[in-house]
Amino acid sequence: MITPQDLIEKITAAADYDDCVVIVQSRTQANLRWANSTLTTNGVIANQRVTVIAFVAMDGGIASGSVTRASVDASEVAEIAKAAGIAARAAGKSEDAADLKRDFAVGDWAAAHQPTGPEVFAGIAPELGETFRKSQADSIELFGYAEHTHDTTWVGSKGGLRMRFDQPDGRVEMTGKSHNRSRSTWEGRATRDFKNLSIAEIDRDIRTRLEWQGRKLELAAGRYDTVAPAGSVADIYAYLGWFTGAKDAFEGRSVFSKRGEAGKTRVGETFANLPINIYSDPHYKGLESSTHVVNTSSGPMSSVFDNGQGAPRRDFFKDGKLESLTQTRATAAMTGMPYTPMGGNIIVDLPGATGDLNSLISQVKHGLLLTTLWYIRTVDPTTMLLTGLTRDGVYQIKDGEVIGAVNNFRWNESPVELLNRIKAVGATSITQPREWAGDVERAAAPAMIFEQFNMSTVSPGS
Amino acid sequence: MPMVISQQVDSDFLALPLDAVTDSAISTAKALGASHVDVRIERIRTGILSIRNTATETQSDDSTSGVGVRVIVDGCWGFASSPEIGVDVAAALARSAVAMAKTSKPLSTEEIALAPEPIYPKKTWVSAYEIDPFAVSGDERIARLTGLNEKLLKADGVNFAEAFSMFVKEQKHYADSYGTSTTQQRVRMQTQIEAVNVGAEGFVSMRTLAQPAGFGWEWMDNKNWNWDAEIDELPTLLAEKVAAPSVEAGRYDLLIHPSNLWLTIHESIGHATELDRALGYEANYAGTSFATVDKLNNLKYGSDLMNITGDRVTPHGLSTVGWDDEGVEAQSWDIVKDGTLVGYQLDRRIAARGGRERSNGCAFADSPSHVPIQRMPNVSLKANPNGPDLAGLIESVEDGIMIKGDNSWSIDMQRYNFQFTGQQFHRIKNGKIVGQVKDLAYQATTTDFWGSMKRVGNESTWVLGGAFNCGKAQPGQIAAVSHGCPAAVFDQVNVLNTRAEAGK
Repeated sequence: MITPQDLIEKITAAADYDDCVVIVQSRTQANLRWANSTLTTNGVIANQRVTVIAFVAMDGGIASGSVTRASVDASEVAEIAKAAGIAARAAGKSEDAADLKRDFAVGDWAAAHQPTGPEVFAGIAPELGETFRKSQADSIELFGYAEHTHDTTWVGSKGGLRMRFDQPDGRVEMTGKSHNRSRSTWEGRATRDFKNLSIAEIDRDIRTRLEWQGRKLELAAGRYDTVAPAGSVADIYAYLGWFTGAKDAFEGRSVFSKRGEAGKTRVGETFANLPINIYSDPHYKGLESSTHVVNTSSGPMSSVFDNGQGAPRRDFFKDGKLESLTQTRATAAMTGMPYTPMGGNIIVDLPGATGDLNSLISQVKHGLLLTTLWYIRTVDPTTMLLTGLTRDGVYQIKDGEVIGAVNNFRWNESPVELLNRIKAVGATSITQPREWAGDVERAAAPAMIFEQFNMSTVSPGS
Repeated sequence: MPMVISQQVDSDFLALPLDAVTDSAISTAKALGASHVDVRIERIRTGILSIRNTATETQSDDSTSGVGVRVIVDGCWGFASSPEIGVDVAAALARSAVAMAKTSKPLSTEEIALAPEPIYPKKTWVSAYEIDPFAVSGDERIARLTGLNEKLLKADGVNFAEAFSMFVKEQKHYADSYGTSTTQQRVRMQTQIEAVNVGAEGFVSMRTLAQPAGFGWEWMDNKNWNWDAEIDELPTLLAEKVAAPSVEAGRYDLLIHPSNLWLTIHESIGHATELDRALGYEANYAGTSFATVDKLNNLKYGSDLMNITGDRVTPHGLSTVGWDDEGVEAQSWDIVKDGTLVGYQLDRRIAARGGRERSNGCAFADSPSHVPIQRMPNVSLKANPNGPDLAGLIESVEDGIMIKGDNSWSIDMQRYNFQFTGQQFHRIKNGKIVGQVKDLAYQATTTDFWGSMKRVGNESTWVLGGAFNCGKAQPGQIAAVSHGCPAAVFDQVNVLNTRAEAGK
């Protein structure tokens, strides 16, 4: 099989238009899945995507078009180069056109992809088997998933772009159920290498939570001071990140538009009652991600013309103030704001905040503690009202102590409004989001107490 | 229009060394002790086109291809996949899958067994479409969508228009160690167009009601769905929504149009009657189900008017196939009959685990790199032969709201508590539509909701709705599925005001 590097050289040489960017993404992955304390499926996956983006000068501007294939052999090089050119000419002059990055290199271009495989689980497999046996003996059922992925991305262009990035990601998730499935809890851990990961510790935390559910209380819908663990905070704010397009805001079509003032956004406005930060940073320790932009297609918040642009730390909220929205260089010219591409991780923090989940619980007089959030969806984009469920354990807190487990709720809340109802914030650490696991890799967040969180209706689900 | 009437699998897919590759994987795995081997060679081409006002914003043409080999060795699954399609690669994948099965043995306490199925050698099946969307030039596709957007932008009160189209061609060759071998090709299309009004009070949008379905590019002419007629009406409907009052929260009779009801069926019946969910296989991710196996044949799911079928045969259905991804022939069966739960969705492993004699053919893998799992068939609500037409249903409502078009959706992990919004909310008083309201969400518990279904429309109200993006399993898989249904009236459903929910 032709190497990614050779393929890029051959395709860019065959491209007879103004510029051509070729992106090769090689992925290897190993995964294990279990249910009812036994393995259910597994896999060793190798994937490749070869994307050819053509840039063709026309009508006083530049058109772009792309074609992606899983594999391209030497005999298909001319055909794929031509197909991208045809797609570009059909698309017509691009609104997101901007000067293409040229003659720039980053990363070890020549090195081959380092595959991952099932051997990555060698350290945890015996412990996992032992935990299954123990759980069966104790009438606990375990359900879960372990995944490890290596992604290598090469980006090369006719204009001399030669970038290479490597991204390892992985996680373990475990749901524990007991007492005929009337009790249920969840644990998740993000890991890049499956080293220093303890299944025994996950099992211990699951058993503690199942114990907590020994006392069941019925609680009506209503507004409660609510402790959200770090993973839930990451789930909510990562989701918000997908609705931060500067172009939409500029056009009056976003919660971040200044209402009634065409062409004005809410950048600069203070949203949060505490000076919290929400940002991405490719150099954040343990969450390192690509330092430069890679886009296989254009969209409302991204552009193929921006391939190779820098993606440094980018503040979304800074000191509680909306600092930037997500945009391309073309929309930056339109909105008059700096170019701020989407980053490769999400970090939420309050500088100086300390304390863990337990210290937040101790600060609540009457309220709730969540385990995870689920099925988060936009209800109303004008306010960014979201709905969702609580899942795998909601606990009532009285005078700083967990006194028992309550029913689940459907909640309706806007993460934008919630920023102004933060009662307390803990220390930030790397966390594993639950709902967006797999979509949102690389998150760090603190646990937070939200004031009067809207638990709209009761859910009988568990 | 180029007329490419295709009733055949594309020749360039058939030109791949299909039999040589599957034979290589099957014989290698069998020699290494596999008691079951299945191999899929797949090529899936996905086109996306989005037009923002009159400019192309997103264009992609993405083909995934490769081989997936799944084995059972000593009662354990093993799976391996590669993007390369070749005889040597297939043998290597077989070795890798067998190794994975052996590695899994110490973590497995359950012996994998499969429900038996007759053998179908050398079968071919192609879905019912006329024009391969990839045979239509990019210029023509862009011109059609841009033309519809331009029409919207000329109307008063439309500030922005967005058109989104996605088209998929899926080719799959399946072979297993028993002798079944199938080659299939399916095509599907989805187009949505949205008009947006921006005013002093903020922004309001409305999207077309056209549903995704198993059609080719012929979906975009006005014969199967009248796009031009729908686009002509949209600005008036949008203007009415902009001026509409915010709904007063409370309980209302809801007349739910099929363009909205399909999604409620999908979430509250489709996922709840997957046997793997009911048994706990999705407990860590997609969730379980309230409709547990002890409730089969006795759970009152809804009113006597409720009849739900599962099938993989409906013409133009997104889940329609000839054979599933375990070589099981396409079937139809009852899921809810006269309001009672009577059936589940099965694959061969779950059928055996649940003590069934045969799978009903719901195995599907969304790519060569994922294992087949139980996925949703077309799950549909039957029309009432004696029911009213849409006008009759409207007349029957004294004080209620008609909901058209899907929008936001969310349901809990056991499929009890759901909340949905929509595109259009038409207030009905004394049997007459009196204008739109806005900011509406309806929320209910599944069995209460279906129990409150008091009138079901006749065949004239029936529409095949559906989605391209149904998610399940880890690693995550996406499937397309259809849900046909008539319009129906539900008694006194809880309606929320979404601005009040946001504390406004």
